[in-house]
Amino acid sequence: MRTNISRHKIRSPFVAKVEELSGQNLLACYQCGKCSAGCPAVSQMDILPNQIIRFAQLGLKEELLKSNSIWICASCMTCNVRCPKGINIAEAIEAVRQILLRKREDHVNVEELSDSERGDVPPIALISNFRKFTS
Amino acid sequence: MKLSYFPGCTLKNHAKNFEDSALCSLKSLDVEVEEIRRWNCCGTVFSLTSDDLIHHVAPVRNLIRAKEAGSDKLMTLCAMCYNTLKRSNERVRSNPEDLDIINDLMYREDIDYEGDVDVVHLLEILKNEIKFENIAKKTVKSLKGLKVASYYGCYLVRPREIGFDDVENPMIMDELMTTLGAEAIDFPHKVECCGAYQTVDKPEIIADRTNQILSSAIKQGAEVVIVSCPLCAFNLDQRQKKTQQKFPEFKNIPILYFSQLLAISLGCPQDSLRLDLHYIDPTAILKEKGLI
Repeated sequence: MRTNISRHKIRSPFVAKVEELSGQNLLACYQCGKCSAGCPAVSQMDILPNQIIRFAQLGLKEELLKSNSIWICASCMTCNVRCPKGINIAEAIEAVRQILLRKREDHVNVEELSDSERGDVPPIALISNFRKFTS
Repeated sequence: MKLSYFPGCTLKNHAKNFEDSALCSLKSLDVEVEEIRRWNCCGTVFSLTSDDLIHHVAPVRNLIRAKEAGSDKLMTLCAMCYNTLKRSNERVRSNPEDLDIINDLMYREDIDYEGDVDVVHLLEILKNEIKFENIAKKTVKSLKGLKVASYYGCYLVRPREIGFDDVENPMIMDELMTTLGAEAIDFPHKVECCGAYQTVDKPEIIADRTNQILSSAIKQGAEVVIVSCPLCAFNLDQRQKKTQQKFPEFKNIPILYFSQLLAISLGCPQDSLRLDLHYIDPTAILKEKGLI
């Protein structure tokens, strides 16, 4: 992948927002890859968890906002408990999700779910899904 | 012993088998359980963003309800409720300014929350307060011969400061099963996420996980898998239908709540097990082992 890196991108309001919302120091990550090695969802992700952190460090806003990975992560916290640098990767991913959701760019449209999608699942599934995927 | 109890959204419907069997078990163990009045949904997931205080109002309000009931301890059965309530509790305990704002948002409540209620899970009560050796004395039926794999999932053990057991290799349910006479089966997927709420809009992901998790338990010789979370239960049990469609070689296995096996052991009536709520019927294996 060809990437343009600039001071402007790295110090952009987007990076500051991800750090603020997640409460994480993104530059603490030294790319060991342990988060991605243990993540049960990587097979469905287009950008791996360690790459999400790297992209955020470099201010690659558009790439992150259009990635499917932020919607595949189910906040299982496996990466968080294994990170040798104590970074909460799940919180950083939540921050990127929230940046979209706070602009009303919902990932799940409740009206578009079929009757069986809505009716067959227990309340705990619907509530957690809507909490994570809608604004 | 008397305990305040928070059921949460799913224990009164899809997971009635969890609630009925747990409450019957606690009664057999001489624990008086009182459901808190006017409880509300905890929100099911803990809000991970630093500025999002509004989503901590729902869990904290339930802690006020426990206080109103005169309790300094609130018990949950659902792993997600446990995690959400406990994490919000820890957040306001360590951030007094956040607590002030949350109390202000709930200005119509008669009392303020002051961080004075502990959130506990039923498994902690069984292990630390009632103690497994006392449970063993009260059992009337041994689970001898039943091979049980304990699936912990995410929210009982992670994050580290919230979980009540080892993050990578929890043993509390395995120990409980051994206490009841069952054979505890170890398997490598016991803390691997089932996909959780992806089940609503991406059920194919759940089919992959269910296939991995349950096939791994079966390979180790498990005859049933036990859980402590209604969402894990749904994904591992009901989603076996989709798993079977996607992976024709996948073999079915019954999913039970740990409380159902506890209830059997303590001699609870069969109607408290609500075996009618399962997709994969556990009746055959339980009959084969002489348990029902």
